[in-house]
Amino acid sequence: MEARATRVSLGVWTLLVVLFLWLPLVLICVYAFNSSNIQSWPIAGFSTKWFHAAWHNEEARSALVLSLKAGAIATVIALVLGTAAATAVSRFRFFGRDAVTFLLVLPIALPGVVTGIALNSFFNNNPVHGLSPSLWTIVIGHATFCIVVVYNNVVARLRRTQTSLTEASMDLGADGWQTFRFVTFPVISTALVAGALLAFALSFDEVIVTTFTAGAQNTLPIWILGNLRLGQQLPQVNVVVFFVIVMTVLPVTVAQRLTRDTGILRRR
Amino acid sequence: MLGPPLAWMLIFYLAALAVLFVSAFWSIDAFTGKLTHAWTLTNFDTILHSSTYHQIAFRTIWMAVAVTLTDALIAFPFAYYMARVAPPRMRTILFVLVLLPLWSSYLARIYAWRLILNQDGALNWSLAKVGLPEQSWAFTNTAMWIVFSYIWLPFMILPVYAALERIPDSFIEASRDLGGRNWTTFRRVIVPLALPGLAAGSIFTFSLTLGDYITPTLVGNVDFIGNVIYRNVLGLTNNLPFAAAYATVPLIVMAVYLTLAKRLGAFEAL
Repeated sequence: MEARATRVSLGVWTLLVVLFLWLPLVLICVYAFNSSNIQSWPIAGFSTKWFHAAWHNEEARSALVLSLKAGAIATVIALVLGTAAATAVSRFRFFGRDAVTFLLVLPIALPGVVTGIALNSFFNNNPVHGLSPSLWTIVIGHATFCIVVVYNNVVARLRRTQTSLTEASMDLGADGWQTFRFVTFPVISTALVAGALLAFALSFDEVIVTTFTAGAQNTLPIWILGNLRLGQQLPQVNVVVFFVIVMTVLPVTVAQRLTRDTGILRRR
Repeated sequence: MLGPPLAWMLIFYLAALAVLFVSAFWSIDAFTGKLTHAWTLTNFDTILHSSTYHQIAFRTIWMAVAVTLTDALIAFPFAYYMARVAPPRMRTILFVLVLLPLWSSYLARIYAWRLILNQDGALNWSLAKVGLPEQSWAFTNTAMWIVFSYIWLPFMILPVYAALERIPDSFIEASRDLGGRNWTTFRRVIVPLALPGLAAGSIFTFSLTLGDYITPTLVGNVDFIGNVIYRNVLGLTNNLPFAAAYATVPLIVMAVYLTLAKRLGAFEAL
């Protein structure tokens, strides 16, 4: 369709953009294997000694544990609430349906710093119960912006699913729970897994809102940020950053494979 | 079924936003440093009449505009290739190649650029290899512009790609049959139909830049709106009411921006 010259130059541009997107990520992974503690390019030599050091770093370890806990709990909450909202929105028509979607999207559409101080001032100035920073304040923040991730995945799947499937189930005498258990759930199960993986990846990496809800606690990203600011323990930070990239890239790759369209459920 | 998620959002999010909004009208006692719950407009008065806070706000908004335009320019040809030139298999690969950086660690990607732009980093090393003079962009506005454009680029590519992919081939054939040359077809058919996608992507690039305080801290040397807010909540200043009042600046800007974007059809393209 397009002239040959146009296609070639578009192709070259695409290649350049891919390099632009990926070279920094590749580079940061290379730095994890830097034998020197001076962060210059090219790296002085190849070594895995910092992996050992980072693994035995108590601070980094407890930060990792906190991040895993917060991510796991926030994901479970997001999974339950996101699925409930998605089912309600796609199965029933009701007044204010669009408002619900808007409300769920709001935490990621508004600048993160606004969500952060809103939660911070809410926890501090709540007349009913002043919540002091704990695992739970972190979880509340994360779950709030993770709900939309699960919601989006499930809504997209339900939208592609023929409503005749559930109607058929109901016609054959299944009650609401049976229909969910034997028809809806199998249809959305991969979307749920994908949503959960994405929610976990989002939580595991979040830093802007977390700084406002964590108090003196360190999640892994906050530990990284603190060290970057002060220029401390950089070789170990490189290793942890490498680990975080792997921890976020893996679930996203799996999620991407799971949400590919699955034959019979397609509408078109 | 809608009850629990709605309750969660109302209690933990809307209530929090309400508390924030109300606290913008409180103040801090200058002597005791304690929060005073009396209504006052002092905070807004300071923001409206201080040239420092004007400057910071305009700098942030300006950067958000620059980053949005840059990302739109980089993303459009890429998304066009993805949607209309690349064979299906290549398209899937490119999609994953854009998606992964979007989800991979945000801090890692900023930190990577800090290493690249350093005096003895990879960029100067490469420039020296090809015989170009070395740059000293580390901790400047240029560095922030590059890093912001980099981290938010996938957010622009995906909606533009989705918009371009949806254009039926028959539209383009119709334009050709009616005598439209390539350029005319591009300008009068493709660009207008891609506009909602560009507007949708720009919501992310604009809003994310507006609310970021980590990038300025790690690769820049000047304050953004987010830095002022951060310092007033968690830093030494400890003036939550002022932070809340200043947070209304990005909120108002976003409200205006979202209204404009909605007119361009961005919400259907999200």
